[in-house]
Amino acid sequence: MVEVKKIITPLTDEVIETLRAGDKVLISGWVYTARDAAHKRMLEDYEKTGQLPFDVKGQVIYYVGPTPAKPGQVIGSAGPTTAYRMDKYTPKLLELGLKGTIGKGWRGPEVKEALKKYKAVYFAAYGGTAALLSKHITKVEMVSYEDLGPEAIRKLYFEDFPVIVANDIYGGDVFEEGQKKYRKLVI
Amino acid sequence: MREIHYNDVVKVVKDMVMDAEYRLPEDFIQAVKLSVEKEESPLGREILQEILKNAEVAEKEQVAYCQDTGYPVFFVEVGQDVKIIGGSLRDAINEGVRLATKEGYLRASLAYDPLFDRKNTADNTPALIYFDIVPGDKIKIMFAAKGGGSENQSKQAMLKPADGIEGVKKFILQSIANAGPNACPPFTVGVGIGGTFDYSAVLAKKALFRHIGERHPDPRIAKLEEELLELANQLGVGPLGFGGTTTVIDIKIEIAPCHIASLPVAVNIQCHAARHKEIEI
Repeated sequence: MVEVKKIITPLTDEVIETLRAGDKVLISGWVYTARDAAHKRMLEDYEKTGQLPFDVKGQVIYYVGPTPAKPGQVIGSAGPTTAYRMDKYTPKLLELGLKGTIGKGWRGPEVKEALKKYKAVYFAAYGGTAALLSKHITKVEMVSYEDLGPEAIRKLYFEDFPVIVANDIYGGDVFEEGQKKYRKLVI
Repeated sequence: MREIHYNDVVKVVKDMVMDAEYRLPEDFIQAVKLSVEKEESPLGREILQEILKNAEVAEKEQVAYCQDTGYPVFFVEVGQDVKIIGGSLRDAINEGVRLATKEGYLRASLAYDPLFDRKNTADNTPALIYFDIVPGDKIKIMFAAKGGGSENQSKQAMLKPADGIEGVKKFILQSIANAGPNACPPFTVGVGIGGTFDYSAVLAKKALFRHIGERHPDPRIAKLEEELLELANQLGVGPLGFGGTTTVIDIKIEIAPCHIASLPVAVNIQCHAARHKEIEI
């Protein structure tokens, strides 16, 4: 966890293979936002039309619903939301070529398996540090589902956005491994 | 009868909501500062520093501490010698929330209905308001911005009287361990024991308003709070769940009489965005 890796989106298999649970990573480039409502609608649209609102191949989705930008800001506060709520939809998106997701908290077993199978990574950003994280977002564009307000799909341009590899393609889990080290009480 | 105008309530609520969203309570900040020195995990210490830095930036720039600006929850104690003129008290509180959302650039985080189209109400109303009538001619307004991430990890159980103190302790510690990284630790934990199914949860939420380090007046409960705090920090969850010795900043327990057949327990998890504020008019 000493070395900080810098990666640029879109991500390739070669980059994914170098990432291990616990690695600190700075992400730059475009990423897409989507949370509960956008995931539900995206996958419903895919069922009906065979199309997604954007091509997920090689891309990264950030689970975030930012606050509105104040005058002079690019974006409001923009920290990660809890990732497991998207677990139902994630394996399909990984199958379609999505290479990374950013959120906070644990992923379920189906997602962890899908990360291995389709070569993708789940990154954890520091939950609740939304005022700080927004400083690493330098451009915002609306992509789709604008009627969803804070849950609309937007494109964000990251500059050295700080995350930790939470689940890698080798089965590593930063939360399990980290907590095991300090657990003195099993309940 | 002392008269308080609708417009005055609107202004007070608007200001208190915005301030709570931008500035964490001082007692919480001080407690996090102390925990930096005690935290054993290097990554944990780094995260606690980031949390403090985030609090500084949010206050300095007057922006939301967290993008989840929460479900607005109010406990309002209305003195029985107060009369509200110019409109209803409930409407005044909702108008204050509406204005704070707009002028304070808060995220609209409520859905009209939980099951069907889940359309956003767009202004964070209706707020959840618990009213109480008390003696006197003042109104006390307590506000919490309750984020979804930690609320989702909260738990309630109807234990058996035979489960006793050990059963209650186990349930509380399990709830904290299960909340883990999903609910953004370090937590403050509000616990309600007794009452009915619903009232235990209300007590748990209200308990979160007590200051950090302030123990329950009943020494038996105070001892239980201290014991649970120590045990919770042995669970290994750590700051943001990456492992460590700072899982819980404080545990506050409230109790109420209950049915002879029951032992209700509710655990309301509060993330590090511990946005609580009180004002008296």
